[in-house]
Parts: sequence; structure tokens; C-alpha cells
Amino acid sequence: MARTGVFVCHCGTNIAKTVVCEQVAQAARAMPGVVYATDYRYICSAPGQQLIQEAIRDQNLDSVVVASCSPRLHEPTFRRCVEEAGLNPYLMEMANIREQCSWVHDDQALATAKAIALVRAAVAKVQRNEPLFSEQLPLTKRALVLGGGIAGIQAALDIADAGYEVLLVERSPSIGGHMAQFDKTFPTLDCAACILTPKMVDAASHPNIRLLTWSELESVQGYVGNFEVTIRQKARYVDAELCIGCAECWVRCPVKNVPAEFDEGLGPRTAIYVPFPQAVPLVPVIDKEHCRYLTEGKCGVCAKRCPKDCIRYDDEDKLSTEQVGALVVATGFDVEKGALYGEYGYGQYENVITGLEFERLVNLSGPTEGKVLRPSDQQPPQTVVFVQCAGSRDPAKGVPYCSRVCCMYTAKQVLLLKEKHPETDVYVFYLDIRAGGKNYEEFVQRVQDEFGAKYIRGRPSAIFPSGDKLVVRGADTMLGLPVEVEADLVVLASPILAREDAKDVARKLGLDTDQHSFFTEAHPKLRPAETLTAGVYLAGGCQFAKDIPDAVASAGAAAAKVVGLFAKDSLESEPMIAEVDEASCVGCLNCLEVCPFTAIEEKQIEDPRTKQVRTVASVNAAICEGCGTCAAACPSKCITVKGFKDSQLLAAIDILAV
Amino acid sequence: MTKTTTSATQTATTPWEPKIVGILCYWCTYAGADLAGSSRLKQAPNVRVVRVPCSGRIDPLFVLRAFARGADAVLVSGCHPGDCHYSKGNYYCRRRLSVFKRLLEFIGIPKERFRVHWISAAEGQQFAQVVNTMTEEVRRLGPFRWQEAAGAAAQQGIAGR
Repeated sequence: MARTGVFVCHCGTNIAKTVVCEQVAQAARAMPGVVYATDYRYICSAPGQQLIQEAIRDQNLDSVVVASCSPRLHEPTFRRCVEEAGLNPYLMEMANIREQCSWVHDDQALATAKAIALVRAAVAKVQRNEPLFSEQLPLTKRALVLGGGIAGIQAALDIADAGYEVLLVERSPSIGGHMAQFDKTFPTLDCAACILTPKMVDAASHPNIRLLTWSELESVQGYVGNFEVTIRQKARYVDAELCIGCAECWVRCPVKNVPAEFDEGLGPRTAIYVPFPQAVPLVPVIDKEHCRYLTEGKCGVCAKRCPKDCIRYDDEDKLSTEQVGALVVATGFDVEKGALYGEYGYGQYENVITGLEFERLVNLSGPTEGKVLRPSDQQPPQTVVFVQCAGSRDPAKGVPYCSRVCCMYTAKQVLLLKEKHPETDVYVFYLDIRAGGKNYEEFVQRVQDEFGAKYIRGRPSAIFPSGDKLVVRGADTMLGLPVEVEADLVVLASPILAREDAKDVARKLGLDTDQHSFFTEAHPKLRPAETLTAGVYLAGGCQFAKDIPDAVASAGAAAAKVVGLFAKDSLESEPMIAEVDEASCVGCLNCLEVCPFTAIEEKQIEDPRTKQVRTVASVNAAICEGCGTCAAACPSKCITVKGFKDSQLLAAIDILAV
Repeated sequence: MTKTTTSATQTATTPWEPKIVGILCYWCTYAGADLAGSSRLKQAPNVRVVRVPCSGRIDPLFVLRAFARGADAVLVSGCHPGDCHYSKGNYYCRRRLSVFKRLLEFIGIPKERFRVHWISAAEGQQFAQVVNTMTEEVRRLGPFRWQEAAGAAAQQGIAGR
């Protein structure tokens, strides 16, 4: 026999003004299974909660209904309250007679009648509730950071500094990412390499960080706290343990004309190479497509020259499996190759380049040793035109968004150019100037005022050759006049895009991407570092285009989430989750198909009666969020959500429909 | 109009009031209803709410049961498609219930008595409006008598052959 206690709150006059609380309590006393009912001014107060706790003890209550404000406000309060009195917290239900009753109705009789109905429904439900308990799940306190750009490096350092082991996996031969390609960074004009390389070295030498470069994530199994990741370490053909980075091999390599990825193809590299001189680790890799020994069996100079005998032509990819508890995705972004507008002639005219390519030209370690020279004739340009929004903000080109960094890096590039070549004539075609960061606006103003760059508000419609120059035809919309500039070099601020294989990575991790392949965060405002996959977090440009300060901040946010996860001794599972009745489950796995969190797995059991092995559904308590989509999809009605079972919900509906 | 059946709150002599069962998702519409409450937006007291974690939890059985037990109308509401707190639950709800609406009509429950809305946690106004509009429309339709409606639908089915 149920022993339910009902507590009706006045909430001062908030409820009592419209709902006659004494009448509700009186009606409650007559409800089946209710052995105690009372009303009180403020049930959430200390004496109010005491009233509940005393009643639980004195009246031997086995279930409690609190008729008061919205459960969204005080459900945790009253759950804690009954738990302290020795009652399972899930044997407490609330009836919302304030937000959804007294505050919105005028007629006292009707409002009181509704309150009584809501209490009756809550009583019927709570009497069908079962005690629920959290499960303790194991937790591996190791993190994997996928991507070794500035965001990945920062996240790895933050997690490692907190005392946890980190695996930093990077697909190129060195960490550093795109930031390593930049010259000076806005708005401080810090040299990118100068501020990045100390962090790269920190990451490599940190006792808690294990660096796996030239490596890819092969697959991920498991769930939060218990991931099993398989990593492919690609064949380097160089023994990284022995290599001292002496450069004998790459200096001697006879293959000298492979377009260097790091220089955006503007300069060459060798077949055995490090991507840039400050590479971490300073261990080369052999490009097996271009190495003469690996393709034709000839040469072998590097092996002969290496003082430590590190070359391993017989090297193979290695697969290894690691256990981690959390993953931080920091796979970064790509810069579009400039060809979105055929009218701008990228790819057709050598002297039309992208912003990232310009960065390599102006950088001292680039293919022109920091001199800005026209690709066509290696001559310094007299007139340079920068075109902002060369593809971004254009839905017709599939890039409706603003790439966020181009206004700033264009201004920076103008400044660097004018510093080196003050006599150059510089024009910037822009639509808007988006300089919304700390000291950003001042920086752009400075470039316009101090450095004499001419900013023209308008968009070029065509770029075409005239002799050995390029004519940039556009409009100055502020003057309302067409404009033509004869340029020697044109720099297109092309869009920031998601990585080409972002969708593949997303699939491996069970993540969502938006229509532009940027990874989807759990909530765009309130949970930017998390995803809807528990234990997988986001940092940096893979979530959306962002500048370095934002990338570093987002990495810190992701690291904080990881450290917060690891701060517990074990994971407590949410009790109001799905549950399978294996006896009646037919193994159709409809539930597995519909689960938004891939929290349901196939399980083989031995039927206790027939001894045959059959398939049933199995819920992973660590991932299940308790939405109940499976419960509604089950044709056998054998999977349900604890706390929201059919029997419980129908009991409430039965009351409210009468 | 008076109902011939008695209930806990009405007798044979009290005027009939529409009885609407609302099944709301906790994260969006229930929160929107709370917001309507904090904003003191006046509503008809005819909608009584059962909360579910997600509109995806809603089994068509719940809707049928509400009508079978005496509801004059049923309101289902959840997060806007694309905004489900559990990412996809409301998509399944939408598909399931749009097919189900056709079945309801077939068995004699007119579509005006079963409404599916998508109301977010910020849309207190919309919630209050839906409650008031729906109550008035159901009031005009009158009390729902399942036996009569099912009988009429069956007759129609037979006549149509």
C-alpha cells in the first residue's frame, strides 16, 4: 500500500492568491494512497523542508508530492531534501501549480480545480515511480588531442599542466599548424614563430605529453572515460629515436623540386625533409612519392650521409591502440585556394595569389627570404592590390559566412609590405572592415593613416592582364565611381574553410558537422567547447574560423572541461536513462537506429529458458541521456526510460484526461 | 452544453469546459510555459500538462489514451526541429505524429482536436497564445464523444466502399 505525502506550497501569495491551498491539501487527503497532506507558506525554506523530512519519518512516507513552483526551479532542492530524510530522491514528484497555474489563471475556482488535478496526476505518477540509483563507471584519466596547431598545443599543455597524461596526435611531420606559416601576427605584430616555437618545445618536452607526429587517428571505440583509440603512425623512414636533426640528409638530397606544402607550393623542398627549420620534432620524413630510392631503388645518399645511421627504407606504418578518457578535436582549418571567383584569375595569372601565399612570401623563412616579389618575374611589385571578401559572405559561392580574420590579416599584410617596401602603392578593396577585437580597430586605422594604404569600399568585378600588369576593375561605392587599378601583384583574402576531410573525422568520432563541415558544438553560446558526444571536446579553427586569441581561449575551455571530467574519481551515470527488458526484447534494434547518441549496442545473451544465443539491445549507461526516443520507437515496448515509463506517464494522462 | 459523465471536478450541472491534455517536452515547451508563467501571461485553465524529457518520447499511445479517457483535445509540443535538446528526438516525433494524425482522422478524431506545435523555451508568448486559441477552438467544437465519432467514421468507411 502506498504511503504518499502531499505538500502544498503557498509561496507567500504567489500561489495562495489564486489557488486555495488548504482546499488542494484537503482534496489530496482523499486521494488513493495519500496518508498525509498539508499546506505551508514556503516549502523550499529550511523549516518547509524540515516539515517534509519530519513527515517522511513520522508518517513513514514512501513517496512525496510537492505542489509548488516549476520543477525547473526546485526539483534538485526537493530531491536532496527527501534524500536527506532517507527516501530515494526519485520517489519525489512535483506538481507545477505556480508558473503553469496560479500565475496564469484568474478564476480561483478553476485554478484550484486545475491544481487539484495536477496534484492527483503527480500522486498517481509518484506511486508508480521506482527508486533509482546512479552507476559508478570507470574513468581513464588520459586525454588525446587530435591536431598539433596552436589550439591543440595549448589544450595539451593545459591538460598536462593539470597533471594528466596527454597524447598529441598530428598528421604532418611537425606540430605548429597554420600559425607556423604566418609571419607577424595582428595586432601586436608578434612574430608567429617566435611565440609559437616556445610552446612547441614545451609540448615536446613536457613529461606528461607524448607527441605522435606524422600520425593519424585510425578509429575510436568506446565512450566517455573509456575510449579505445587506434592510431596510425605513418612510415617516416627515419628512426626518430636516433635522429639528432643534423640536416645532413635533407641538405644532400638530390630531389630538390617538390612543391613545398609549407610554402603553399611557392617554393621547393627535398624528398627527405622537415617542413620548416623550427620543426618539432626536428626529425625528417621521406616523401615516398618523390624519393628516388623508394620509387626507383637508386640514390640512397641520405643513408650514406647520416652520421647516426637513422635512415630506414624498410619502415612501415604502425598501428597502436591506446586507452583514453577524453578527446579534444583541434584539427584546424584550410584556406581556400583562391579560385572561387573565376573573374579574379587565380590559377590563370601567376601574380594573383592568396593571403596565405602572401604570408609565405613576406616571411623570412619563405621561398623568397622575406622579399615580396612577383611570382612571374621575381621582381618587387610597384603596386599591390589586396581584395578582401574574395569568396566569403557570398551564398552563391557556398560561403555565406564571414571568415573573421581577413580584414585583420590584410591590414597586417599591408603594414608588413609597406615596412619593407615603403614606396609600394597599396590599395585594399573591401566591403566592410571587421576589426572587433582588442586593439584591432586601432590597428586598421593605423594602417590607413600612418602607412598610407588606400582603402576603397567596393568589390572588384574583374582582374585581367594588361601588358605585364594586372588591371583590377572595381567600384568605389562611397564616391559612386568605377575604379581601375593597374597592379603588379594581387592578393586575395580567400575564405577560411573546414578541412577537406572534416566529415570523415566527424564520422569516426560520432560528431555532427554543419553544412560547411565545421564541427557542431553542444550549444553555440553556452557550450562552445563541448560536443553532443560526451567526452569529446572542440578547440580552435575546426569549430569555426577564429583568430589566434580565440583559438587559444577555446583550447583552454576544452582543457578545462577535460580536467573537470578527470577531477572526479569515477563517472556517475545519470539514473533517468533507458532500460531494456531483455526477456521481451526481440533484437530488432529499432532503438539502436534512432538513438541520437549511439548509446545503444547490440548484445548477445543466452536465453535463460531455451539456452539459445540471441540478440538484444543494450543501453550504455555512460552515454544514454534519457531522451526516450528509443522507448517510443520500440515495437515490443521493452525499452523504456526510468522515471518516464509508459505506466507512469499513462497514469498521469489518465487523471488529466478525465 | 453539459457532459453526461461525471468527473472529479465537474458535475452534471456545471457548464462544460474543454479538457485539453498537454504533453510537453521538458527542455523547450515546458520551459516556454514556465516563461509564460513568470511573465504572467493570462491563459485559459483548460490545458493540463504532463512533462516528458523529449517530444521523441511521445508514443502515439499516449495521445490515444488521453482521448479514450475523456480528453476533448490533445496538445503536443517540443523543441523546434533542428533545436532538439537531444539533437534528433523531435524529428522522430514529427514524423511519427504526422503519420499518426492521418490514423486519428480515419478513426474519427478530427485533426482540429490534436495539435502539434514547436515552441521554444524563449517563446512564452506563443505558448500562451496556443493555449488560449486552442481552448477557444475546442470550445466551439464542443465536447468530444469518442463513441459517436468512431461510429460516424465507421459508417463513413462502410458507405465509402
